[in-house]
Amino acid sequence: MSTSIHLSPGQVAASLALVALAAAISFWQKADLERDIGIATARSFVQLTAIGYAIKLIFEADTLWLVFALLAVMVVFGALTARSRAKKVPGAFWPLLIALALAGGTTLGLVVALGVFEPTARYLVPVGGMVIGNAMTASAVALNRLGDEMADSRNKIEATLALGATAQEAAAPFVHRALRSGMIALVDSTKTTGLIFFPGTMVGMLLAGANPTDAVRLQLILLYALLGSVAIAGLLATALAYRNFFTSAQQLIELEPG
Amino acid sequence: MRWDHPPVLFELGEVSLTRGDRCVLDSLSAAIPAGATAIVGSSGAGKSTLLRLLNRLADPNTGTIAYRGRPLSEYEPLSLRREVSLVPQLPALLEGTVESNLAYAAGLASKELDAERCLRLAGLDPEFVGRDVAKLSVGEQQRAMLARALAQGPKVLLLDEPTSALDHATRDAIEATLAELRRELEISIVMVSHDPEQARRLGDWVVRLEQGRAIEAGPIEEVL
Repeated sequence: MSTSIHLSPGQVAASLALVALAAAISFWQKADLERDIGIATARSFVQLTAIGYAIKLIFEADTLWLVFALLAVMVVFGALTARSRAKKVPGAFWPLLIALALAGGTTLGLVVALGVFEPTARYLVPVGGMVIGNAMTASAVALNRLGDEMADSRNKIEATLALGATAQEAAAPFVHRALRSGMIALVDSTKTTGLIFFPGTMVGMLLAGANPTDAVRLQLILLYALLGSVAIAGLLATALAYRNFFTSAQQLIELEPG
Repeated sequence: MRWDHPPVLFELGEVSLTRGDRCVLDSLSAAIPAGATAIVGSSGAGKSTLLRLLNRLADPNTGTIAYRGRPLSEYEPLSLRREVSLVPQLPALLEGTVESNLAYAAGLASKELDAERCLRLAGLDPEFVGRDVAKLSVGEQQRAMLARALAQGPKVLLLDEPTSALDHATRDAIEATLAELRRELEISIVMVSHDPEQARRLGDWVVRLEQGRAIEAGPIEEVL
């Protein structure tokens, strides 16, 4: 279903003109993002080049162990990155790690079991990367919201605990809102896909010369897989993380200020 | 300490609690009898913290607390909280109507809800039952909190500054409600107040805290 296109380093370098434009706008409008734009550009170049070589090696070796190792690294880095967005949630790393691992594993397992993709490196690496990346974003947003909700609603939660509600019952409204926050961005972008924006996979396939019907079908499969993985990750991250706000005696723990 | 009449409800022995670097309760020992007890003291004396220990919303770092002669740690926290109900200083109702809040509390305690009775006991007109809690005044919310606690049929009410955010007229009305409650129900009240006059109006017994320690305790007419 795909052909391939070849792009020269010169073409990549030419696209830096747009980066320069972004930095110029930031400088002109005093957005103070020039340094961040520079770091983002350099990091994206180094990281994508490195992962490109890693993927090339994995494709050539075509062994599932290497695929799983790469996905495991993505899960760990994803959990570490998401944790930095969930500073108000105590012990957020483990819930995030479990959420990303299970979201990635379940989603990939299902698409393979349903015969959507073959269990080969060529499919599992890019799809796994997208699934884990989106799960990371969703669970980071969900836990960020959970941390804010739990901090802002301490009085309400403690008043509910004072009635003899369990921690789960007292936290439920805030866990629900956090999960919704984590999922809403992808749900909304899925609603508007094709109308307001073209998703990356479809754009990539069209640029590479693929048949538009194939590009659309692959994009739909990925969007639906991402919806599932984001729901699993958000659910697990919030369901595991809210417990860290309570003691075993169903008491709200004291949090360090800030 | 000498006890003439009412049985001891809570007994605290050498209770200490720190929060960060701050010692909130410092080897506090006190007895709280059945009836109406006022916990008084200046701001930061540890009054609200003491109240939270009595239904295990927090546990002390050291020391013992007994409820009806049995260590508090032996009680299952959830059933203890339905029997010893705390009404916090700031109203914190769940989103929804007054009735949904009352039904939630009654459901947790596996009690049949008599919303009209709870509202009447809390000094609210039964027509409040369908009101959205977001549209209630602070005084009405405070009463709805009280009604919600009563929906669980508690044996002890822990009230944290029940009138601190209210004007004089509403304060007097809530005080009248609490006095009425004691007449109508077999219920003990432990109330935190920074106002000695209020303690005198509502309490039989008083415990005075200072810097996390109980410096005085006894019948209200002797201490205040």
